[in-house]
Amino acid sequence: MSMLVVDSIEVFYGEFQALFGVNLEVAEGETVAIIGANGAGKTTLLRTIAGVLCPRSGQVLYRGMRIDGHPAYAVTRLGIAMVPEGRKIFPSLSVRENLLIGRQSGRKGPWNIERVFDLFPVLRERADFPGIDLSGGQQQMLAIGRALMSNPDLILMDEISLGLAPVVVRELYETVQEITRAGTTVVIVEQDVTRSLQVADRVYCLLEGEVSLSGRPVDLSREQISLAYFGV
Amino acid sequence: MIKARVVESAAGWKQLSVIWFTALGVLIIGALIGLPVWGGPGAMRMMVEFLTLLTLAQLWNLLAGYTGLVSIGQQAWIGIGGYALIVVADDFGLPIPFGLVLAGVAAALLALPAAALLFRLRGGYFSVGTWVVAEILRLLVTNSTDWLRGGLGRTLAATSAMARETRELLTYALTVVIGLGVIALVHLLMRSRTGLALTAIRDSETAAANLGIETQRAKLFVYLLCAFGTGLVGALIYLNLLRITPDAAFSVQWTAFMIFIVIIGGIGTIEGPIIGTILFFVLRQFLSDFGEWSLILLGAVAVLMMLFAPEGIWGIVRRRWQFEIFPVHRRIGASSDDSHAA
Amino acid sequence: MDWASTIVQGLLLGGFYALYGIGLSLIFGVMRLVNLAHGDLIVCAAYLSLVLIDVSGLPPLLTLMIVIPGMFGLGVVLQRGVLNRVLGSGPMPPLLITFGISIIIQNGLLLMFTADTQRLPAGSLETASVPLGGWVTVGVLPILNMAIAILAIIGLQQFMGRTDLGRAFRATSDDPTTAELMGIDSKQIYGLAMGASLALIAVAGILLGMRTTFGPSDGPARLIYAFEAVIIGGLGSLWGTFAGGLLLGVAQSIGAAINPGWFQLAGHILALLVLAIRPTGLFARTRDL
Repeated sequence: MSMLVVDSIEVFYGEFQALFGVNLEVAEGETVAIIGANGAGKTTLLRTIAGVLCPRSGQVLYRGMRIDGHPAYAVTRLGIAMVPEGRKIFPSLSVRENLLIGRQSGRKGPWNIERVFDLFPVLRERADFPGIDLSGGQQQMLAIGRALMSNPDLILMDEISLGLAPVVVRELYETVQEITRAGTTVVIVEQDVTRSLQVADRVYCLLEGEVSLSGRPVDLSREQISLAYFGV
Repeated sequence: MIKARVVESAAGWKQLSVIWFTALGVLIIGALIGLPVWGGPGAMRMMVEFLTLLTLAQLWNLLAGYTGLVSIGQQAWIGIGGYALIVVADDFGLPIPFGLVLAGVAAALLALPAAALLFRLRGGYFSVGTWVVAEILRLLVTNSTDWLRGGLGRTLAATSAMARETRELLTYALTVVIGLGVIALVHLLMRSRTGLALTAIRDSETAAANLGIETQRAKLFVYLLCAFGTGLVGALIYLNLLRITPDAAFSVQWTAFMIFIVIIGGIGTIEGPIIGTILFFVLRQFLSDFGEWSLILLGAVAVLMMLFAPEGIWGIVRRRWQFEIFPVHRRIGASSDDSHAA
Repeated sequence: MDWASTIVQGLLLGGFYALYGIGLSLIFGVMRLVNLAHGDLIVCAAYLSLVLIDVSGLPPLLTLMIVIPGMFGLGVVLQRGVLNRVLGSGPMPPLLITFGISIIIQNGLLLMFTADTQRLPAGSLETASVPLGGWVTVGVLPILNMAIAILAIIGLQQFMGRTDLGRAFRATSDDPTTAELMGIDSKQIYGLAMGASLALIAVAGILLGMRTTFGPSDGPARLIYAFEAVIIGGLGSLWGTFAGGLLLGVAQSIGAAINPGWFQLAGHILALLVLAIRPTGLFARTRDL
């Protein structure tokens, strides 16, 4: 049984429809990438899974249980954590405090603040600085660390490479691979197609609110992906 | 993929609404002109109260419902208007119409420095600030024991020379003309491009500013206009009541009435306050002593409406029957409305 | 005018205003909401105590044991039952709803207790005073109030800075959506914040009732004093609000010494001056809560 099943969801912003019957499956331990152009609906999809948005029809199932319509904090407490687009570091909190917030889900597990500091040593150095005083790449590490602190079984990462230099992105993705090696299931939304194909076990491509392509990177050709990404 | 169309809600009703509107207008004006004849002094008095309250509500609606400036201190201008009338008419001996206009002007003049300070505040703090302004004026008047007789208040003497019927008729006529005039002005403003700009400011001031709308000027304009209008109506109120005291004139109860009328009737619409005022008067007939119970009831209904029916009674009517007497709303139609050419 | 005595009395009076302001500031900091019924709830607390004293014969300070949790619960219910429903819909609905509640409370109190002014019988505490430095005597009650205000601020700061729940408050205040993504139930946080505000109001109300007479329509003035304490001191800073309250008290005290009718006006004028010259307040910080 898949860990996460998204079944024909339709999501609206007011009268504007963003997702038109999207289907998605993630198996335990997998790394799944969602790619697509701006406005394709990638972030909408992630936010619907996380519980920030509620689908007008369709369902989201986590370990066989329906979670669509549950509030975001309940979804987090079930084991799905999100690294939101734009990092969304809490400005009033220090680095350490931002990480401690991650504990609010109340879940037990291997991740604690020391282990996160081991993963991202620069955070230990800056532990008592305000969270927003960090560079973009460091903030991204903080956001990932914060998500890890809730000991999730599934992490959703929304555009973690956005606005960052390639060398920083490479470091980040090395960390992501450490996380996946530890057994955590990861769903990433990425603009950087090459990076996604390197890192993912399977890939979904969204185009204007629908899944235009899915499969394993090794099975998909460049032309297929271009077509699915840009449409015709 | 978005097919959107801005549909002036009068579109499709345009012909019908013009006839309808004119007929209604003629009917109302006819009834109002005839009232002194078939109603008598009691009915005239009630209509004066009705119209002044309605006008106050429409003005608050423009200020808060349309522009987003939630003032809980409109009583400031009612008090200023009332006292200004008495000072101009009694102390300076000018005719009543002068007194009325100068009452409005006085309010607007005081509103200017008030706005300069108040616009530095946002949201709830702005609201409390408007209340503080009213309190300051109340205290200043209460402390002016020589000129304004302080807490004891004053009585309008300028009309005491007239026969009672004449005075009542004069008050009535002035109220009808001014009241309807202000309401018409408010309606026209809401329908104009300025009105659209005001709703933009209400919805998001930063976005509106980014679009090039001069938000500060627009807000100031509306604030001063409403102060003027409220001052004018305040003068009318005390032309009718004759006796003014600072505690009564600057009482927050005026604002409470305005707010409850607008909320219950329907915020942001012209018809809403009309319905609200009617309900208000009906309620007053039932709860004859009109003391605490009526205010509790009004307050409770207002709170419940804000929770469960924030568009008010008229909003519910409008939604269910797609019907408007005074169309001021612009609707975004989905692609199915393509049949209505804009 | 005896300057020393006037200023000292003003500072002590200001301690009350500081306590009013802290409750208002807390709610605004966490939820960007101004509770227009704030002052009326202070008066309400005094009346609650009055009823309890009538029924149980307890001294006023002991009624705090019942009134504080009672009003805390009321705050949670008010927030979760009423205000949480409209928190996303812009600044107007909460303002209008709390305004409606204010009117309801004032008239409800008027109905239940008539317009007669009341006083909480504080016995010897009412008049107990302590000489300070030889030229001035200060009442024990205002000193107690000042101490409570200071303790409240320290307590809030410790809570916000060091506890998990306090951090959750700050995170929710920063960004409620992201806080929810971290497993924080923002509705619960708002409920607790309102409860805390009402608990502070409970203390303020009972101390008020012990110090002076009160009546059903005294709420609005308390709201205005709370507001002015925040304006003068600066938004976003608890100690700023504390200082603002003290300055307000001093201004009022000096005004009253010049002319009794100038008591409130002096405070209003100070608030307006600060607004005109330093709109962010005298001690503003960008974020404290």
